[in-house]
Amino acid sequence: MSGFTALFHKEMLRFWKVAVQTVVAPVVTALLYLLIFSHVLEAHVEVYPGVSYTAFLVPGLVMMSMLQNAFSNSSSSLIQSKMQGNIVFVLLPPLSYMEFFLAYLWAAVIRGLVVGLGVWAVTLGFASPQHLPHPGWLLANALLACGMLGALGIVAGIWAEKYDQLAAFQNFLILPLTFLSGVFYSIHSLPPFWEAVSHFNPVFYLIDGFRYAFVGHSDADPWFGLLVSTGCFVAISALTLILLRSGYKLRH
Amino acid sequence: MTAAIHVADLRKRFHSTQALDGVSLDIQPGEFFGLLGPNGAGKTTLISILAGLARADAGEARVMGHDVVRDYRQARRALGVVPQELVHDPFFNVRETLRIQSGYFGLRNNDDWIDEIMHHLDLTPHAGKNTQALSGGMKRRLLVAQALVHRPPVIVLDEPTAGVDVDLRRSLWAFVSRLNREGHTVLLTTHYLEEAEALCGRVAMLKAGRVVALDATRNLLKLTNEHCAQLRLDTAPPADWQARLQTGADGDWRFSFGDYAELETLLAGLRAAGVQVKEMHLQEPDLEDVFTDIMKRA
Ligand SMILES: Nc1ncnc2c1ncn2[C@@H]1O[C@H](COP(=O)(O)OP(=O)(O)O)[C@@H](O)[C@H]1O
Ligand SMILES: [Mg+2]
Repeated sequence: MSGFTALFHKEMLRFWKVAVQTVVAPVVTALLYLLIFSHVLEAHVEVYPGVSYTAFLVPGLVMMSMLQNAFSNSSSSLIQSKMQGNIVFVLLPPLSYMEFFLAYLWAAVIRGLVVGLGVWAVTLGFASPQHLPHPGWLLANALLACGMLGALGIVAGIWAEKYDQLAAFQNFLILPLTFLSGVFYSIHSLPPFWEAVSHFNPVFYLIDGFRYAFVGHSDADPWFGLLVSTGCFVAISALTLILLRSGYKLRH
Repeated sequence: MTAAIHVADLRKRFHSTQALDGVSLDIQPGEFFGLLGPNGAGKTTLISILAGLARADAGEARVMGHDVVRDYRQARRALGVVPQELVHDPFFNVRETLRIQSGYFGLRNNDDWIDEIMHHLDLTPHAGKNTQALSGGMKRRLLVAQALVHRPPVIVLDEPTAGVDVDLRRSLWAFVSRLNREGHTVLLTTHYLEEAEALCGRVAMLKAGRVVALDATRNLLKLTNEHCAQLRLDTAPPADWQARLQTGADGDWRFSFGDYAELETLLAGLRAAGVQVKEMHLQEPDLEDVFTDIMKRA
């Protein structure tokens, strides 16, 4: 696995060298969401009894930032390497497809977690310091979320041949899935049809289970959510490994 | 002896293009081998298959006896490839690039060797420079250095001197020749035929995915017997010789011949007619003539 270590290290350096863009910027974005939405809605919305809207929103924002940044890390690294042609540097050495997968995956997970921690840290100043009723659910959902989107980012990065194709993937799949998953609201406040649709969105379970760790309330059974999320992660990882093994769009 | 590179009946198709149409080659350890051919002949495709960047539709390819698909780890460990495209990773400087590349091959403490390669390629003064700040020639050197981090027994260079200044060409060839003398097998594709002529012990010529010539460079040079003499005369040559001579814009006469006896006959004829030879230059056949010849016939 020594090739894995090097590729993982390189992927970590890649985002850490431009941490202003890859870590600070998403934290600032999340902070803006928090300021706007909690300012407008704090006094009007109480999603769960005894839980302020800000306390409801914070876990959703942390999760959304983790999802988007895990995806962004693996997908933009791959598309950049492909566009610039330096992908050959990782295709020429004797790296196995499993090493390749794990290196991109773990770097994406770490980036997601670092951004998530950053968002959480700055939001602590707004929501009174929370006690965590279920810290285990926090960790499980955070890891699954970053893993799932990191792997999906690998698929998108391999599939896309141009930046605008990747942007389409992001705008038409990742963004709707995260925005329509209950970051800003409880799906119980949706009309019945859209509430039902939300149950087919795997990201909904990630956010719901993650929020459960913070506020002790959830819209769905967190164990069922864990099952769905694990299933999705395994399925996307399997797809990624199949693509990597076949050399799809990487080796002609 | 196991061939350094063994390729048998290799075929590869891209959509409607048959890039490789049954290529077979064996390159022995220690050889300096040239792969020549016009653009689109399939040189890069062949290299890509050896390097695992492309997969053959049919046929077999081995590096140091390792199948490039089944034993891809050993095959890639044995191979150092300098790609044709001038690529770099703008996130890193020269030394970082070489350290990372070493890491991919499982080499952790490779700094001594990295320093040595940088030294020989004149990269040492640029070690801390971001790769984006390098000139084209320096980027090419870095690509060569990257191909060598794991001390591969077989080195493949895909048109490494295309668009590179004369100085770099010279120093690059000196370095690659040295590696070859030290025992590395070198496979080189190039457009500069005089380069292949000077460096390569053996040459394969590729056209439309087929090997159209494969021999020792000196045997290939014997294939063409087109010598040429360029003569400056004091008056026009006698009428019976004019059919065999061509005049150039410079007023010189060119005489093509296969055998030196023909040249003697011409000179005797001129002397008999009282025509004086003021100047004469002889041109020996070169690989370019052979190449042009073979490409025309194939
Ligand atoms: N990825 C590819 N997709 C489609 N056609 C390709 C691809 N790579 C090479 N070809 C075609 O295969 C032929 C051989 O190309 P190549 O091996 O690059 O030639 P050379 O290196 O000798 O110039 C050309 O006709 C080229 O257009
Ligand atoms: Mg080529």
